[in-house]
Amino acid sequence: MSLDAEVSVTLGPFELNVALRVDDGEVVAVLGPNGGGKTTLVRALAGLHSLRAGHVTLDGVVLDDPSARIFVAPEHRQCGVVFQDYCLFAHLTTEENVAFGPRSRGVSKADAHHRALEWLDTMGLAGTAHLRPDRLSGGQAQRVALARALATGPRLLLLDEPMAALDAGARASVRHQLGRHLEGFAGPCVVVTHDPLDAAALADRLLIVEDGHVVQSGTLAEVTARPRTAYVAELMGLNLLRGRARGTHLVLANGTTLQTSVDANGDVFAVIAPRDVALYSSPPGGSPRNTWSTRVDEIHRLGTRARVLLGAPVPIAAEVTSEAVSDLGLGEGAPVWASVKATQIDVYGA
Amino acid sequence: MSIQRRPPLAVVAIATATVAFLAVPLVGLLAKVSWSSLWGDLTSPVATAALGLSLVCSLWTVVISLAFGVPLAWVLARFDFPGRSLVRALATLPMVLPPVVGGVALLLAFGRNGILGRPLFDVFGVQLTFSTAGAVMAETFVAMPFLIITVEAALRTVDPRFEEAAATLGAGRWKVFRRVTLPTIAPSLVAGSALTWARALGEFGATVTFAGNIQGRTQTLPLAVYVALEGNEQVAIALSLALLAVSLVILVSLRGWWLGAIRS
Repeated sequence: MSLDAEVSVTLGPFELNVALRVDDGEVVAVLGPNGGGKTTLVRALAGLHSLRAGHVTLDGVVLDDPSARIFVAPEHRQCGVVFQDYCLFAHLTTEENVAFGPRSRGVSKADAHHRALEWLDTMGLAGTAHLRPDRLSGGQAQRVALARALATGPRLLLLDEPMAALDAGARASVRHQLGRHLEGFAGPCVVVTHDPLDAAALADRLLIVEDGHVVQSGTLAEVTARPRTAYVAELMGLNLLRGRARGTHLVLANGTTLQTSVDANGDVFAVIAPRDVALYSSPPGGSPRNTWSTRVDEIHRLGTRARVLLGAPVPIAAEVTSEAVSDLGLGEGAPVWASVKATQIDVYGA
Repeated sequence: MSIQRRPPLAVVAIATATVAFLAVPLVGLLAKVSWSSLWGDLTSPVATAALGLSLVCSLWTVVISLAFGVPLAWVLARFDFPGRSLVRALATLPMVLPPVVGGVALLLAFGRNGILGRPLFDVFGVQLTFSTAGAVMAETFVAMPFLIITVEAALRTVDPRFEEAAATLGAGRWKVFRRVTLPTIAPSLVAGSALTWARALGEFGATVTFAGNIQGRTQTLPLAVYVALEGNEQVAIALSLALLAVSLVILVSLRGWWLGAIRS
């Protein structure tokens, strides 16, 4: 266990309580809505915010433990941080920015600049050494920030919303490069993001933090398949229902009963993929057991596909083709029949 | 596009009168300059002594203000402590206090019979009144607030995350201040120093009250101008011209800088 932390921080009325363990070479993404405490978590790990309770232990060395009155100042933690918006020093060149860390840790000027140039070279930035940060593109600035954090030889790497400052057009390629550089880092790495695409591309494991708490964690596949909060379901584009299971019957809060193929009992979550929701203009015949009549709330067109948000009694989204929308004469408020096969409802304990 | 309407005639008339009021004295000064004897007037013994002394005193004032004002500005900007607004008021009071009152206060505190001046003289034999050190003290008392408020305003606008970034890179507090905070506020540091210098250069009331008017020791430019006006008007005009030129240079080089630093 390389990073082992139980972070309890109080910020006015806000409480953050997150436990996490990250192995050497592992990248964990902390994913969650803005204001959920992600940045506070990074700050606490970096020593920029002291804990109220809990501990931060890196390679067996305690960095923060209020009960033992231990607090290691940020400048004495071997912790590289890539800040949101990167926080590059505007009065220094790219090379001087990267050399700042080694210089601060007592490396001679010549060695520090040598090391900085090496890192810039590794990041494909050799030509920018004498530029000031305001002359860099978003992707370059991100790599300088990463080089600056790595040049100190940190044991722990923290990235706070590394993609947030980038133009939409540059994202995919920058994300790919960042992923490559993170793979090369030997220690534990924590990436904070609100974008599931970043989390999926960069991380081995996800930690979903909402309102100061971990609501779910696991590999991308685990979290995607079985979301446990509306936020996660929405991120993954899934319909999440909550209800009580009695055998293969699922009773929703409003009393509506759906037929499932999973034998379960008690409080459960049920997930339905929008593409598994079929829409009809008249009552369909045939096998689906779950068929109901409803109205269209909203239609979101995404190219050739459309997400159709349905109203009561089962407020879920259906994903259909744009042609289907016109064929069925769908519009906001239009009546429609919906159906879902019992085998396409996944049920798991709440 | 907004339509530019012509301002009312009455307002234009008043504005013109105001400009005239501000400009006429300067014109009057320039009109009376005897350009042929200007160099001679500026290099007369009284003038060179005053110029040299003013330069020395005002530069010392800037150095002392930086050394003592920046730490105070930092404390005021970064720490919330009981009485902070009181301290801030105290630090800016000399800006509105009549300088002669400042001089009297300095005299009562540091004069030969002052509460600190007497033990200072009795124990160490140090006398501040009628000394160049006293002139520097008077100038510092009056001018340092310009540095303090300019630098404090700048420190408040520094994004603390840059300092935090430096800390995570291994820089201790002093190093963070020296290598990140100071460069970030450098423009305000320069602006504050220039304002302090200009104010010190023009200081009259506190200096004459506390340090006296001794040629070569405490008679700075403004004092020399005042004295020369009685006997040697051309020297007074020449020195005034020198002070005016310095003020203009500072004003032009700072432009809206200082106001911007205070507002932001």
